[in-house]
Amino acid sequence: MADTMQFDLVSPERRLLSGDAKAVRIPGADGDMTAMPDHAPTVTTLRPGVLTVEMDGGEQAFAVTGGFAQISAEGTTVLAEEALPTGEVTAEFLNERVEKASAARDAASGADLDLATKRVEDLKALGAQIGVSAG
Amino acid sequence: MPNLKDLKNRINSVKSTRKITQAMQMVAAAKLRRAEEAASAARPYAERFNAVMGELAASVGDGDGAPKLLAGTGSDQVQLLIVMTAERGLCGGFNSSIVKLAKAHAERLQGSGKTVKILTVGKKGREQLRREWEDNLIGHVDLSDVKKLGYGNAQSIAEDVLARFDAEEFDVATIFFSEFESVISQIPKAVQIVPASFEADDADSGGSTFHEYEPSEEEILADLLPRGVATQLFSALLENAASEQGARMSAMDNATRNAGEMIEKLTIEFNRTRQAVITNELIEIISGAEAL
Repeated sequence: MADTMQFDLVSPERRLLSGDAKAVRIPGADGDMTAMPDHAPTVTTLRPGVLTVEMDGGEQAFAVTGGFAQISAEGTTVLAEEALPTGEVTAEFLNERVEKASAARDAASGADLDLATKRVEDLKALGAQIGVSAG
Repeated sequence: MPNLKDLKNRINSVKSTRKITQAMQMVAAAKLRRAEEAASAARPYAERFNAVMGELAASVGDGDGAPKLLAGTGSDQVQLLIVMTAERGLCGGFNSSIVKLAKAHAERLQGSGKTVKILTVGKKGREQLRREWEDNLIGHVDLSDVKKLGYGNAQSIAEDVLARFDAEEFDVATIFFSEFESVISQIPKAVQIVPASFEADDADSGGSTFHEYEPSEEEILADLLPRGVATQLFSALLENAASEQGARMSAMDNATRNAGEMIEKLTIEFNRTRQAVITNELIEIISGAEAL
């Protein structure tokens, strides 16, 4: 059994990371999951959260705001709408997202309201997790 | 006979024009490189996205439960044409060829009794379409302040388009842009984005991989389809940006060469005229001396 797998993290604008990973912790919409080599093929959407990649050289963490991940036996691909190394996330960046999500929540109703509320909470949790306070 | 001073002025003015076109060509070349880089950096995302969407779309199918963005509204009466052009001119036939394609499309649709609505992205396309299709223009996206195209730009266009779709303003949307083939060749293209069509890439994905979906396939599809619109708009914007610079580069290269030819011709004419003036003066002097 292989102990590494191909991992790609791409955003619409560029490829952020590509290489061999031992494990990837993905903030899935229904809960976190860890993808390791020979994982069952899965497609999941992402919630705003921290994506951690365990590679030979150590761990790398990225803040993602949404998108989806495709996991197969050979490798994992994360297509993030926006992804930044956690160190580069600023309060400004986060606040902007939170404000937008809050505005969407205030305009939403019914089932959409739950989703929008969750998004705001997820964004705030993301901020708390990486130590950047969001309004 | 044109006088010497006029000729001299013309030569100088053509020379300064040549300097400008040369500079524009070089600027376009530098911008083209960056635009090409941006386009190729965005390609992996779009490719993966389409592969996953293709799989999803194939498994959910066109059944009753399929989202409208995928299955369509069941009608094709109201057609939205999204015409994407440049904000600036001086790039050869770039803008006109996109507009020409869109116009042909619009005429055909109108000829078959459909309602045509046009959304323009980029000032030049709007200017050209305004003459004949003024009443069909429903909106315009101004990108003239945008220095570097980002996914955000595509997202805001997509939001606008999707809001109109939700409001049932149109049934089918098609984008018009120019695909970047090479510096000398840009191909205007029409791609339908709503309802979405994804080619499932069976050969690549092995065809037999069954994925688990979390949450359900339908939910993922509903989440991803709007993003698919943004992704397609984004790659169209990037292709367009590269095409624009490529077209401008070759247009300016031509202009520089033409200016060079013109300068040569004018210089010969200038020299001939000067010689004629000298000969004339000599004749006058000699015949004056002879008359004495």
